[in-house]
Amino acid sequence: MPKDGGIGDSTKRREDIRFLTGKGRYTDDINLRGQAYAYFLRSEVANGRINGIDAKAALAMPGVLAVLTGADFAGMGGNPAGWLINSRNGEPMKEPKRPVLAHGKVRHVGDAYAVVIAETYQQARDAAAAVEADITELPAVVDMAQALADSTNLVHDEIGTNQCFDWGWIEDNRAAVEEAFKNAPHVTTLELTNNRLVPNAMEPRASLADYDAGTGDYKLYTTSQNPHLHRLLIAAFVMGMPENKLTVIAPDVGGGFGSKIYHYGEEAAVLHAAKVLNRPVKWVAERSESFLSDAHGRDHVTKIELATTKDGQFLALRSETMANVGAYLSNFSTATPTFLHGTLMAGPYKTPLVYVNVKTVFTNTAPVDAYRGAGRPEATFSIERIIDKCARELGLDQAEIRRKNLLTPDQFPYTTPVGLVYDTGNYQATLDKMTELADLAGFEARRAESAKRGKLRGLGLSTWIEACGIAPSNLVGVLGARVGLFDAATVRVNATGNISVMTGAHSHGQGHETVFAQIVAEQLGIPATSVEIVHGDTSKIPFGMGSYGSRSLAVAGSAMTKAVDKIIAKGKKIAAHMLEASEDDIEFKDGNFSVAGTDKAKSFGEIAFSAYVPHNYPLESLEPGLEETAFYDPGNFTYPAGAYACEVEVDPDTGKVEIAAFTCADDFGNVMNPMIVNGQVHGGVGQGIGQALLENTSYDENGQLLTGSFMDYAMPRADDVPFYKVDHSCNTPCTHNPLGVKGCGEAGAIGSPPAVVNAVIDALHRGGHTHVSHINMPVSPARVWAAINSK
Amino acid sequence: MTKTSMTVNGKAVSAETEGRTLLSAYLREGLGLTGTHIGCDTSQCGACVVHVDGKAVKSCSVFAQDVEGADVTTIEGMANADGSLGTIQQAFQDHHGLQCGFCTPGMVMSSAALLAENPTPTEAEVRHYLEGNICRCTGYHNIVKAVMAASGQAVPAE
Ligand code: FES
Ligand code: FES
Repeated sequence: MPKDGGIGDSTKRREDIRFLTGKGRYTDDINLRGQAYAYFLRSEVANGRINGIDAKAALAMPGVLAVLTGADFAGMGGNPAGWLINSRNGEPMKEPKRPVLAHGKVRHVGDAYAVVIAETYQQARDAAAAVEADITELPAVVDMAQALADSTNLVHDEIGTNQCFDWGWIEDNRAAVEEAFKNAPHVTTLELTNNRLVPNAMEPRASLADYDAGTGDYKLYTTSQNPHLHRLLIAAFVMGMPENKLTVIAPDVGGGFGSKIYHYGEEAAVLHAAKVLNRPVKWVAERSESFLSDAHGRDHVTKIELATTKDGQFLALRSETMANVGAYLSNFSTATPTFLHGTLMAGPYKTPLVYVNVKTVFTNTAPVDAYRGAGRPEATFSIERIIDKCARELGLDQAEIRRKNLLTPDQFPYTTPVGLVYDTGNYQATLDKMTELADLAGFEARRAESAKRGKLRGLGLSTWIEACGIAPSNLVGVLGARVGLFDAATVRVNATGNISVMTGAHSHGQGHETVFAQIVAEQLGIPATSVEIVHGDTSKIPFGMGSYGSRSLAVAGSAMTKAVDKIIAKGKKIAAHMLEASEDDIEFKDGNFSVAGTDKAKSFGEIAFSAYVPHNYPLESLEPGLEETAFYDPGNFTYPAGAYACEVEVDPDTGKVEIAAFTCADDFGNVMNPMIVNGQVHGGVGQGIGQALLENTSYDENGQLLTGSFMDYAMPRADDVPFYKVDHSCNTPCTHNPLGVKGCGEAGAIGSPPAVVNAVIDALHRGGHTHVSHINMPVSPARVWAAINSK
Repeated sequence: MTKTSMTVNGKAVSAETEGRTLLSAYLREGLGLTGTHIGCDTSQCGACVVHVDGKAVKSCSVFAQDVEGADVTTIEGMANADGSLGTIQQAFQDHHGLQCGFCTPGMVMSSAALLAENPTPTEAEVRHYLEGNICRCTGYHNIVKAVMAASGQAVPAE
């Protein structure tokens, strides 16, 4: 049974009981009476003109109820990009329509252009084979540089270019940065790619749509990290219905990592089909469909330069990036390579001048969007790799060059040259902590031991920062966001004293049901078992922007805390009346309302009861009931930061890299449940190691996805990773949210890839292969072997 | 359609199947045992692992009709008779060996098969055995810890 604990306790997770006994309720576990099944037809070519779709034969097959194509949805709106970005010249970005189903043209392998609905899934799938689609294959746009150079072969003819925008950050810095580079005593240059990844949450996307012909109400059960955002996008933008006609329920969701933030066409398609057929319609993606149609992550090609003094003081940094957005703009795709990437290019360092240029490019590939870390891993990888190279060129120690340039605690609040204000931090403390935990002093002995076994051992560091808790709405509004990014919570004290908290955050692995209850329990001085967390249902929750960008605690947790404050404030009024004292004299502590300096007190339960049975109650001045809602809009981003060390062993004969040790010293501000925080870091580091060593999404020159299954796409497995050492004791609490929290969900995926690659380069250098200055991720045995033998 | 019978979690059951009905679909759709999850279509992820006559089997890789009459155990059959968590399940909770819970049923079933075969596996043996089970959430740290702990062995502190 879950232990009753408050803030800071490693309370075991209450949700585990249902997950461990097979009683979880994921979308595919839900079945509605009379439901039909959908199977989507997906393009086999990367670029093609749809000349016609003949569904006659399919419609005659057993069990088939309907075949819908792009034409059936042509009257609906487009699925929008959430951020409007302007180019350097002031022009707004190009935003071609993203339809529910492809119409006229298919633009990537996997682009859905029709859907078959049948009595059973197998019947729908069988009938799909009988749909005759006449599609003329056109040359594919795959390579980003070529896409920018070629103005004749376009992903979207109507916009006249393959470039979505050309963004400069901050444009006013550009001249000064150029000047600094001209005069710099030393300049380090590096070209690198940030490999394209498939998020691969273990639960594939799924949707179950229901329509009530009596009321005209739609209901969608779906795999969403943010059901209200889905409701907004589907109702207001795509299907054009009042939001109050659509309920979106995200039940248990098997991981998201960004890929389930977005609205995808299949969701609107099954909702529409449910209405047309007047019966529920279910669709569950096969894993192959996930590979083809989930939003992918990363995919940057970057040139980065660092200007320094001869002794390694950073003077200026600039980067030029091509970022792939794929065939259509997914909801966060324009924010990810810009405001989640460019604004982080100062890192945790004092670098006085920074300029970032990002060109986003349409290609005939799956859409690319935010994946765990979203823009910040790309920024961190560029910065931490160029620092590593610079240190080698100048003959400086990896820790020393960082220490020399890290911001110091006395510099906060610190305004970066790329537009953020870091409120607090202590980067020396995490670097010191990591140095101790990773036993950097003992590295040489471990290296010698590895050498005896014929292995090259290397050490790689990374000191990283991220911006979380997305985001102050007024700030993101200025930057082009089309939504606000506050969050909301309702705290409902039931008449018998137990509590339901309706939160706008959504838990798909993060353990909110446990942690949020710990927080409310501590704040109200009651057992956590009396608190239930309700999430993932737009009909129950006031509003919410959901969970991504490590924002749940920092934003939704703050809203919840504000609502609890209102409960306490009202409780004091009730207590003052019952205790015949002045409200100002009422103190609330450990679940009791008492009159200061006396032993007169009422328990929380008595106050709750009185609110619902208001016999002795100030009815003339106070409403009965005890339920409060609060909305919270953050004053700033939060800035988690940390120092990571990776040790690898490289087999010089095969190029195989093994992670020998991985150590993380993080600053997440106040920690609510250390066990869960550790788990978040483990998971992030696991994904980061996956990116660094194993994972790659590969399209051939015709736009065919070569890595479309778990047989071709190397997911990290248990024996690819070690036990990690993690620590979060160096806390500088966030200064602007009530819990002092910063967020921990993405940290591991942000800080780890450069540490791994730096370690591999270090191993090669120490092994005498000093001609290797960089290897692109994934650092596969073939690439390492080729690099070693490239001289 | 053919009526296919077997024993699942100690109960005699039967449901209609086609020749192509997978054991995973038989369990989920035929019997409503949705604890067994489908995470892939290439028999790679291990979310669907169940025990067939005591052996760990990816239920997406066998046809229901091919295991007619077999004795099958799913995650729904792993708790103690009084409903409390079994040793491995409890270790997964104690050591935070799950996050989103989607890989979890398969992980528990594979771990149970490992410990039946090898009651005190080394860390390397655990990692190697679980190669066929993909978890995207945990980085495997706490899963390996949970399996080691369930076998009564010492585990790292954090
Ligand atoms: S569903 Fe069986 S191995 Fe993935
Ligand atoms: S707990 Fe989410 S996939 Fe393993």
